[in-house]
Amino acid sequence: MINVALPKGRLGEKVYAMFASAGYECPSLLEPNRKLIFTNEEKGISFFWVKPSDVSIYVERGAADIGVCGKDILLEYTPDVYEFLDLNIGKCKMMVAGKKEFHDDGQRTLKVATKFANVAKTYYGSKCRSIDIIHLNGSIEIAPILGLSDVIVDIVETGATLKENNLEVKEIITPISARLIGNKSSFNFKSQEIEKIISELGKLVKND
Amino acid sequence: MSEILTNQEKAVNKLRSLYLNYGYLSYKMSKFEEYDLYATNKDFLVSDRVITFTDTDGKLLALKPDVTLSILKNAVEGEKQKVYYNENVYRVSGSTSDFKEIMQSGLECIGEVDLYDKYEVIMLAVKSLDQIGGEYLLNVSHLGILSEILSGCDEQFKAHVLKHIAQKNVQGVKNACLKFGYEDLVQTLCEISQTYGSIEAVLNKLDLLGIKGSAIEELKGLNSLISGSSFYDKIRVDLSLTGDMRYYNGLVFKGYISGISDGVLSGGEYGLLAKKMGKNCSAIGFAVYIDLLEGYKVQASATDVDFLVIYDDKTDKRALVEQVNQLTPKGSVRAQQSVGKIRYREKIDLSGGAK
Repeated sequence: MINVALPKGRLGEKVYAMFASAGYECPSLLEPNRKLIFTNEEKGISFFWVKPSDVSIYVERGAADIGVCGKDILLEYTPDVYEFLDLNIGKCKMMVAGKKEFHDDGQRTLKVATKFANVAKTYYGSKCRSIDIIHLNGSIEIAPILGLSDVIVDIVETGATLKENNLEVKEIITPISARLIGNKSSFNFKSQEIEKIISELGKLVKND
Repeated sequence: MSEILTNQEKAVNKLRSLYLNYGYLSYKMSKFEEYDLYATNKDFLVSDRVITFTDTDGKLLALKPDVTLSILKNAVEGEKQKVYYNENVYRVSGSTSDFKEIMQSGLECIGEVDLYDKYEVIMLAVKSLDQIGGEYLLNVSHLGILSEILSGCDEQFKAHVLKHIAQKNVQGVKNACLKFGYEDLVQTLCEISQTYGSIEAVLNKLDLLGIKGSAIEELKGLNSLISGSSFYDKIRVDLSLTGDMRYYNGLVFKGYISGISDGVLSGGEYGLLAKKMGKNCSAIGFAVYIDLLEGYKVQASATDVDFLVIYDDKTDKRALVEQVNQLTPKGSVRAQQSVGKIRYREKIDLSGGAK
C-alpha cells in the first residue's frame, strides 16, 4: 500500500486528476464526505489531504510514502526526502516585490517581510545584503504598503495582486512548481510500486 | 526477562554481544570534551549546535554531540584499533529546534584499514540491522565513483549536482549540468542517480556505462567476499547515497528498517577526516541511532498491572502484606487505596475489613 499526501486546494485537485489519469483513481475522494483517508485496495494506493505546507512533514516522517508539494515549501523547510519528479503544474515564481517608488540603495538594513524566512535569508546571504526579517503568515503584500517592510519575498502567480496595490516585482529569485517527493526509507522497501507511479505520472507531465 | 526490556535495551545488548564476537573492544569515554574539538570540525557534525559549559578550571567544555571525533582524536598511529561504544550524545535533532539526548551505539576500525576490515564492517552493519529485527536493508555506495567522474569540475557545480543526485532529482541533475556547461555528463549522472540494486547488478550497469577505476575494483573485491553470504540480498548498492566529500572518500552506507522513517544506521570510510586531524591512518565505522527504536513495533498494553489490591483504614495491614506477597510471584501487583486511572487485569478488594 502506497500512502500519498495530497495538498488541500486547487493544486491538490489537479494532482489527484493526474494520479487518476495515470491509473491510480480513487473515486470516493471526489464524493462529498468527511472522510480523511481514501483507499483503493485494488491499486494499492491510499490518498489523504493535508495542509500544503505540511506535506513535506508527513513524507519526511514516513506517515506518507510519497506526496506532492510546491518547490517553495521544499526550499523553505529543506526536508530530507527524494525529489522524484517536477510535475510542471502549480507554476509560479518566488520573487522580491515592493512599492513602485522603492529603490534599494544598499545604504541601510533592508526590511523584508515574508513567509519564507529561510529562502529570504539564503537569497540575501548570497548577496551579502544585510536584512531584517519580519516573519508573517499571510497577506504579505500589505506589509510594504503599510510601511512594515521595504520589500516582500513571496510567491507570485499572475502578479495581479501586486499590480492592483501599486507594487511591482523587483527581482526574481527562482521559478516554483509542484514536485513529487518521497520518503527515503519507504523507497527502499517499496521501490517497484513507487517507480511505477513515477513512470506513469512522468508520462503525463507537460513539458514547455 | 526479555519482555521487560525496552527495544533500545534489547538492541544495545544484542549489538554489544555482536561486536564483542568479532573482537571489537569496548571504548568508554568521558561525557565531556573540549569545545575546541567540535569548533575546528564543525562541518563533520550532523548539527553544529553544541551544548557548552565552563568547567571548574575555566575551560570551555561541550556535552558530546558526536563520538567519532573523540575516538579519532585519541587514535595512536601505527596501531590497529577496533572499538565499539554505546554513548549518549547531545544534538539538535531533526526538524525540532531543541537539544535532545540521543543514544548511539556503533563501532570504529582505525589504522591500516584493508579490504577484509571493510568487508567485516559492512557485514557487522548488516548484522546489526538483523539483530534489531524487522524488514531491513543496507544501502551502500562508493564515493570514489562520483569523485572520479566529477574530478576537475567546478566546485559550485559539484555542490549543486551532488545535492540533486542525493535527492534522486534527475531534472535537477540535468539542469545543473546544462547551467554549468557539463552537457556531456548529463546521461552518466542521471543514470547514476537512478541506479540501485545488488552489488553484482550495479557493477554490470557501471560497466555498461563505461565507468572504471579503483572504486569499481574495490566494489568487485567486496562482492567476491560477500557473494556467498546469506545476507547478500540485504545489501544494496544505491549510487544516489552520498556523503560530505571533505570527510568521506570511499565506502558510505546507510541502514533502514521498514517502519522507521529515518536511517537507523549510518557510516562510511572517513580517512579524510583522520588526515584533517593530523592522523596518518584510514578509518571506517558506523553509528546506530538507538533512540529511533523507541516505539518501533511496540504493542500497546491493555493493562498497567496484573493485580490491583484495594485497601482502606479498616483493612488489617498484615492481611494486606500477605495478599501482596501471595500475588507477586504470579505477576505485577499494585496496592493502593483507590483505583484511580490504573488499568488492571484483576482487582482484589480488601477494603472494609474484607479478607
